[in-house]
Amino acid sequence: MRYLPKSPSERQEMLAAIGVKSVEDLFSSIPAAFRLKKPLALPAALSEMEIIDFFKARAAENSRGYTSFLGAGVYNHLRSVVTDAIIQRGEFLTSYTPYQAEISQGTLQAIFEFQTLMCQLTGQEVANASMYDGSTAVTEAVLMADRLTNKRRVIVARSLHPEHRQVLATYARNLNMEILEVGFTPTGQMDLDALGKLVHDDTSCVVAQSPNFFGVIEPVAKIAEIAHAKEALMVIAIAEAVSLGAVKPPVDTDIVAMEGQSFGMAPSYGGPFAGVIATRDKFVRQMPGRLAGQTVDNKGRRGFCLTLATREQHIRREKATSNICTNQALCALAATVHLCLLGKEGLAEMAAQNIAKARFAASELAKIPGVKLAFSGPAFNEFVIELPRSVKIVNASLRKEKLIGPLPLGTFYPELTKHGLVCVTEVTPRAEIERFAAALAKALKEPI
Amino acid sequence: MSDGIKKATMHVNQNEGLIFEKSAPGKRGMELPPLDVPAVDIGKALGAENARADVANFPEVSEIEVIRHFTRLSTWNFAIDLGMYPLGSCTMKYNPRVNEFVARLDGIASEHPYQPGELSQGCLKILDLLQNCLLEITGMDAITLQPSAGAQGELTGLLLIRAYLQSKGNPRKKVLIPDSAHGTNPATAVIAGYEVENIRSDAQGQIDIEQLKRIVNEDVAALMVTNPSTLGVFEQHIAEAAEILHKAGALLYMDGANMNALAGVARPGDFGVDVMHLNLHKTFSTPHGGGGPGAGPVMVKKILEPFLPVPVLVKKPDGTLALELNRSQSIGRVRAFVGNFGVLVRALAYTLAYGPGIRQATEDAVTNANYIRKNLEGVFDLPYSSPSMHEVVFSDAKQKKNGVGTMDIAKRLIDYGFHPYTTAFPLIVHGAMMIEPTESESREECDFFIEAMRSIADEAEKNPELVRTAPHNTRVGRLDEVGAARKPILRWKPKAAGEAAD
Repeated sequence: MRYLPKSPSERQEMLAAIGVKSVEDLFSSIPAAFRLKKPLALPAALSEMEIIDFFKARAAENSRGYTSFLGAGVYNHLRSVVTDAIIQRGEFLTSYTPYQAEISQGTLQAIFEFQTLMCQLTGQEVANASMYDGSTAVTEAVLMADRLTNKRRVIVARSLHPEHRQVLATYARNLNMEILEVGFTPTGQMDLDALGKLVHDDTSCVVAQSPNFFGVIEPVAKIAEIAHAKEALMVIAIAEAVSLGAVKPPVDTDIVAMEGQSFGMAPSYGGPFAGVIATRDKFVRQMPGRLAGQTVDNKGRRGFCLTLATREQHIRREKATSNICTNQALCALAATVHLCLLGKEGLAEMAAQNIAKARFAASELAKIPGVKLAFSGPAFNEFVIELPRSVKIVNASLRKEKLIGPLPLGTFYPELTKHGLVCVTEVTPRAEIERFAAALAKALKEPI
Repeated sequence: MSDGIKKATMHVNQNEGLIFEKSAPGKRGMELPPLDVPAVDIGKALGAENARADVANFPEVSEIEVIRHFTRLSTWNFAIDLGMYPLGSCTMKYNPRVNEFVARLDGIASEHPYQPGELSQGCLKILDLLQNCLLEITGMDAITLQPSAGAQGELTGLLLIRAYLQSKGNPRKKVLIPDSAHGTNPATAVIAGYEVENIRSDAQGQIDIEQLKRIVNEDVAALMVTNPSTLGVFEQHIAEAAEILHKAGALLYMDGANMNALAGVARPGDFGVDVMHLNLHKTFSTPHGGGGPGAGPVMVKKILEPFLPVPVLVKKPDGTLALELNRSQSIGRVRAFVGNFGVLVRALAYTLAYGPGIRQATEDAVTNANYIRKNLEGVFDLPYSSPSMHEVVFSDAKQKKNGVGTMDIAKRLIDYGFHPYTTAFPLIVHGAMMIEPTESESREECDFFIEAMRSIADEAEKNPELVRTAPHNTRVGRLDEVGAARKPILRWKPKAAGEAAD
């Protein structure tokens, strides 16, 4: 087997040196009844070429050749080949968590740069080294607010990503936490009147997403004002991180929970990505997740190490701030390299192109008889259209034209079965937007 | 140094600054195709109150600077590709390159989690085959691939246990955890809403069956056990422990962190385990990447299947695969989408490379650990003499007499070209030295390692100061970790006007 560096005679010599007759003897501590008597029923071993062929065959069974207008938490953005070249260097790819700082300065300095970039983008004072993904970052942010306020009632916008709300519900169920939802207005933004009535002294935090699940930018400062008036914390989730190149950072908020996928990570059928928590300096000791800090070595030279680990599970055990051990270091590195390449101008330009393309697409689609833009609030690169018939039926017609149409919102919002979420980014060519509009117009003329 | 001139010093690649220190206005490392629709005024489009001026102090550098910066940083890391990584309980085995290649294929990396099922059959078949392989290897009945890593797998497993017990009328209060367990286990139990009761290991470092009999009652939801244990020893009485728990209506959870000792040799499903997780970044070779991403699938027995997180992969009557969202007894979702799909692709590529031959990898891993044990016994103290499987735990008791501790020996290993072993864990061994070579090391590498360890033991006798002050050959020396925690500097900030440069 090509991955195993021993010859048959070396195996025998090593067993002899250990003082056993056969390799079976090394497993004698497993009670005989539980030792497998026959080989596992797995597919026969494949060579490298056969493995590649297998996955190429699977790739051909997916969506190749289709143009997609899906976003909803996973976005298709430009990525440079440089990012992949860097993260595939064995020194990054095959290294462990940087506990041994002397031989992990590469990873540690990159994490420190990542934390800095996340602070610059979010307008917060401190950011962690990354978490699993956006959905778990939101949940961890709520648990953090719970520890900081010692209150159990959480108010969540219905315009927060539905799957993020579901993850939060799974975690909250056994922690004696109450979750209340607040709806949205015709602008697609959080209903502030309803929020005002729901927030009380027993509220731990208010959670909103901006741009929200409908692509609409929330009035973050106003929401924060309502939350803060009752001494509740404000948590802002960011699912589309490219928006930070054009949208004002949520400086009024207490905790930011972000998904970093838009920064150099492929959609990859939903993961791996990198979540981030950013917050104020004063809350750092209740923040979950790894942190790299700057320090000096025994000769006074600048160096970096993991720090404030006394919050973490391997030290604190049952008193830890979170049970999470890993960050998504390689994904965070991809984001760091990607953002360094893109730079200040590139990020602003990318964000501006997203706004322009989405506006163009929205106006093209709104020209089609029967198609309405559902919400009037300011949008980034996603918007909701209302159709005269079920989105699922329309999408089936679009598929015949090699188009993956809008996300049917009825899956998550029973009241929105005729609504679809459209995403357009800088990689969507104008010609494809126009082809989509033409195909949609045609589909709506088909008899049901 | 004055602000104007930066001198080249010895080893310029050893003195790489922060990317922010290389930034100059107007540089960039990536260009976009021109906009092909009318441009918009952002202030007007979003409203002035929502528009951002720019991201202050964001880096502005060229492509070659980015390449050189991160390539230089990479040379400051140790990695499996450079040498042996004998980190106990971490299973730092070779990460096959083909895994990286297939995870990046167009049609795999490019797929969106919300694209319709009929255009996702390739992705779903990958998930289906991986599920079947992992079930065969573990001997369990049903599986979820959703958890992002081992810790989330543990949480998912405990939530499944809670949901199952709740369906029987009482979720119960406590989870029993041996004192040899990894710190994640108790942290997870608390998040799942359970109290933790630590149970002491017996003289052989194993579950104390008599003690277990005494404390298992109707308050106990489960026992969480790592098998082989963190001492690298198979739990002799695991089936008996399962029986005691089952009789009392409680369940057995197995932390599969050490599955590299069992794959192809024994199956947890056969020795009474009800729920377990795997760390695909350990046994199944997906890269650690400096601390993630991982994946932590959870396998269960039939009785727990109705509670699995959504979505669940199902086969439709027409033979196609689909993700099912509506399951009335499900614990819900533990993360967005199906999981770390790219990691799952790599794990399947690894499994396909071995097939049933995965047993050979297990045999080689156990052989390597025992070979190292045999050659270092007597040189280092062996606190538990129970037979080792994939890892061996020594202690620093002999070297401590000369004031040399496990951390010193670990740091000195760096000078010999090895990553340190795991230090100070498990907690039941004072001054633990936990060594897991994996199957990826040749006899020659194992011999080099043994030689290095013997040499360090010798140094600890003759020149303890040399070991205590190690490492000596690294780019930076031991770092001031206390200072880092006392006054945390967690981000770069530009120098204020008038402040002197370094």
